[in-house]
Amino acid sequence: MDGTTPAIAVSGLHKSFGRTHALDGLDLTVTRGEIHGFLGPNGSGKTTTIRVLLGLLKADSGTARLLGGDPWTDVASLHRRLAYVPGDVNLWPNLSGGEVIDLLGRLRGGLDTRRRDDLVDRFDLDPRKKGRTYSKGNRQKVAIIAALASNVDLLLLDEPTAGLDPLMEATFRRTIEEERKEGRTVLLSSHILAEVEALCDRVSIIRNGKTVETGTLAELRHLTRTSITAELAGPADGIAALANVHDLKVEGSKVRFDVETAALDDALRHLTSVGVRSLVSQPPTLEELFLRHYTEETARANGKATTS
Amino acid sequence: MTTTVERVQSTRDIESTLTGFGTLLRFALRRERIRIPVWIAALTLLTLGTVAGFPDLYPTAESRQSRASLMDSPAATAMSGPGFGLDDYTFGAMLANEMIGFLAIFVALMSVLMVSRHTRHEEEQGRAELIRAGIVGRHASLTATLAVTMLTNVLLAVVLTVVIAGLGIETITWGGTALFAASLAMVGVVFAAASAVSAQVFEHGRAASGMAGALIGIAYALRAAGDMGNPALSWLSPIGWAQRTKSYVDGTALPLLLGLVVAGALVAVAFSLSTRRDVGAGLRQSQPGAAGASDALSTPLGFALRLHRGAVIGWTSAMFLFGAMYGSLASEVETFVEDNPAMQEFVQRMGSASFTQSWLASIMSMLAMVCSVFGVLAIVRMRTEETSGRAEPVLSTALTRPKWVTGHLAVALGGGAVVMLSAGLGLGLSAMASTGDSALLSDLLGAALAYIPAVWLATGLALTLFGLLPGAVHAAWVVLGYGLFIGMLGPLLQLPGWLTNLSPFSHVPQLPAVDVEFTPLVLLTAVAAGLVMLGFGALRQRDLESV
Repeated sequence: MDGTTPAIAVSGLHKSFGRTHALDGLDLTVTRGEIHGFLGPNGSGKTTTIRVLLGLLKADSGTARLLGGDPWTDVASLHRRLAYVPGDVNLWPNLSGGEVIDLLGRLRGGLDTRRRDDLVDRFDLDPRKKGRTYSKGNRQKVAIIAALASNVDLLLLDEPTAGLDPLMEATFRRTIEEERKEGRTVLLSSHILAEVEALCDRVSIIRNGKTVETGTLAELRHLTRTSITAELAGPADGIAALANVHDLKVEGSKVRFDVETAALDDALRHLTSVGVRSLVSQPPTLEELFLRHYTEETARANGKATTS
Repeated sequence: MTTTVERVQSTRDIESTLTGFGTLLRFALRRERIRIPVWIAALTLLTLGTVAGFPDLYPTAESRQSRASLMDSPAATAMSGPGFGLDDYTFGAMLANEMIGFLAIFVALMSVLMVSRHTRHEEEQGRAELIRAGIVGRHASLTATLAVTMLTNVLLAVVLTVVIAGLGIETITWGGTALFAASLAMVGVVFAAASAVSAQVFEHGRAASGMAGALIGIAYALRAAGDMGNPALSWLSPIGWAQRTKSYVDGTALPLLLGLVVAGALVAVAFSLSTRRDVGAGLRQSQPGAAGASDALSTPLGFALRLHRGAVIGWTSAMFLFGAMYGSLASEVETFVEDNPAMQEFVQRMGSASFTQSWLASIMSMLAMVCSVFGVLAIVRMRTEETSGRAEPVLSTALTRPKWVTGHLAVALGGGAVVMLSAGLGLGLSAMASTGDSALLSDLLGAALAYIPAVWLATGLALTLFGLLPGAVHAAWVVLGYGLFIGMLGPLLQLPGWLTNLSPFSHVPQLPAVDVEFTPLVLLTAVAAGLVMLGFGALRQRDLESV
C-alpha cells in the first residue's frame, strides 16, 4: 500500500435500522496526515459512519475503505493501526481507569508506557479510581489516554472532548497538534467549533446521512455571506437590485446587508461609486456557517409547508 | 411569625419524603406494563394447566392415595413440601402440597427482579439521579417500587383465586384457593422487602439481585431441611410459612400475618439504610484500584475472567453451601423411611442405601438446574456489555469478535462446570459426613460431572440467541423454567415422554442411583457444541448494537 491511498475512502454508504435511514449515500474522503473535521447536527449519522469504519456495523451498500483495507473483514489488522475514542464512555464499575487504559492499549497490540504516563500526567487523571467513581470528563480522559498512548496511524475521535473542562480541552488540542506532527491521520467529530477551527485541515458536513459540504474552512467560508454595514455619502439606491444581496436595511444614509462572498466585489464597487464614509465588514463566523448548513433542511421544509 | 414558619417546616418534613410518589408509581407501572401481565398470566396458566388435569389423572380416591404415598417420601418432601393432608389426599391438598413450593420460587423471583430493577439498577445506570433531581421526596422512589411490586402480588393472588376456584373442581374451594393464592403473594411481598434491603447494601445491581436470589435458595433449602427433620427450620423460611397455611386442609391465616410482620420490618430496615447512604453509593465506600493492568488482565480470557470474577466466586461458594445444606439431610432419609411403614416394604426390596442414593440423585438434578443459571447469566452479561456500549471500545482494538466471545464463553462454560462440581462437592462432603458413607463423595462428584453437558446446553442456547436474536437472549430462561417444571411437576402431571424429553435435564442419568450411561451425555455435549457454533456464526454476521 502506498502513501497516496486515502486513510478513509467512503462512497455511497447506506445503512438502515428498520425504517430509519441512518446513512443515505454518504461520501467521505480523509487523506493521509490530515485532521479532518466531521460535522453535522445530532443524529445526522456521524457515529453510525464511525461504527461502520470500525467494523461494528455492516453497511447495507456502498464502499468503505480504511487504510487500504476493508473495515468489516480486516478487523484485527486494521484495528492494530487505529485507535478510537467514543463520545459516550461507559467504564466497567470494577476496573480502575489505569487498568482500562492498559487493557485497551494491550488488546490493540501494545502501548507505549512512557507516553501513557506522560498523558496521565498531562490530563491530570487519577488512574486508581474505579469506573463508576469517575465524572463524565474523567471517563472521557480515560478513553482519550487509552487511544493516544498507542502508536497508531489513524485516530477516530467521536466528540472526544464532550465533558472536558476548558483547561483539558486545551491540553487535548495541544496533544492532537503533536499527533499531526507525527504524521497521524485524525477523523474528529465535534460540535465545538473553536476546536474544529483550531485543528482541522479540512471538514465534511453531513446531514440526514448525506455529505452536504466538504472542503477547507476557507473554501467553506467562501460559500457563505459577509455582512456589511456602511455609511454612504449619497442615497443608497440600487443596492437592492444587486445580485446576491440579502436582508438589506436602509436608514437614511446608513445601510446594512449581507452579501454572498462571491458577489462581495460587485457590492463594494457599487458602494464606492456612491461614496463611502465608513465601512464595517464582518466575515461569516463559523457558527453562522454551520447554523446555515445545519438548518437549511428545516428552512427548506418550512418553506415547502407554507407554499403548498 | 416563627410559629408559622415552624408549622410550614414540619408539614413539609412529613410530605417531603413522599413527594412525587403518585407520579413515580404511575411511571413504574408504565415501565412494567408488559412484564406484570406476562408474569401473572404465566403463573396463572401454569397452575390452571396443572389443576385442570387433576380430575382426569386422579379420578378416584384410590388413585389420589397412591399419589399421596409417593409424596410421603424423603425426595418428595425435600423437593415439594411437608405433605399436609396426605391421609385424605384431595385435589386441594394435592395442589397445595405439590405446587406451592414451585410457584413460590417464581413469585419470589418475580418480586426480587422487579424491586432490584427499579432500585439499584436504576442508580447504577444513573437514571435514578434524573428522577431524584426532580421534585421527589427521599423515600418516594423506593415506596413506589415496593407499592408496584406488592400490587402485582395482590393482583396475582386475585387472578389466581378467580381462575382456579372458578374451575369448580371438587375440594378446590374459594376459601382454600384464596388462602393458597394469598400465601404465594405473601412470599412475593417478603422477598420484595428483602430485595429492597439488599439494594441498599450492595453498590452493584448484579450483586444486589444476586444476594436476593441466594436468599430464595436459602429459603427453599431451609424448608426442605425443616420438613425432613427439625420442623423449627421451616419456620425460618417464607416458603415454609406459605406451606404452613395448610390451605385446602385445615387452613390458617396466621403464617400470613407472620410474613407481613417480617416484610414490614424489612421495609423499615431498607428505609433506614437508604437514608444513611448517598444516591449511587453502597454502604461501603469503594476502594481505589490498581494504577495499571496486570499482564493477566490484558488477555481476552483474563479480561473476561475479571468481569465475571464476582459471579464465579459467588456462585461457586453459594452452590457449595446449597449442596452442603441438602447433603446434611442425607441421614434424615433413613430416619424418614424408618418412621414410615409403607416405605419400609419398599426399602426391604431396594435396600436403604440405594434409597438415600435416589434421594441424592433427585437433589442433584435440582442443583444442576440452579447451576445452569450461572451460564445463562454469563451470556446475558455479554449482551449487557454490548448494549451498555462497553463492548465497543474493546472491539475497536485488535480483539476480534470471535476472540471476545471465546473469552466470555470460556468463563461461562468453565465457570458452569466449576459451579456444578462445587455443588456436587458440597452435597458429597456433607452427605458423607452425615451418613458416614465415604463412597458418596466420589459418587456425587461423578453425578455432578454428568450434569455438566446439560448445564452447557443451556449456556449454548443462550449464546445462539445472543448471536441470532440478541434482543431475545432472555428467552434462554424458558429452558431452565421448563426443566424445573418437568423436574418438579412432571410426575404429578404424568406428562407424555416427549414433553419430558424436551428438557435437557431429563436425559442425564440419575446418578448415583443408576449406572452411568455415556450416550446421552455425548449427545447433550454435541447439541451444546452445535448451539455454540450457531451462535458464533450468527454473531460474526450481525451488527453490534449499542446505544
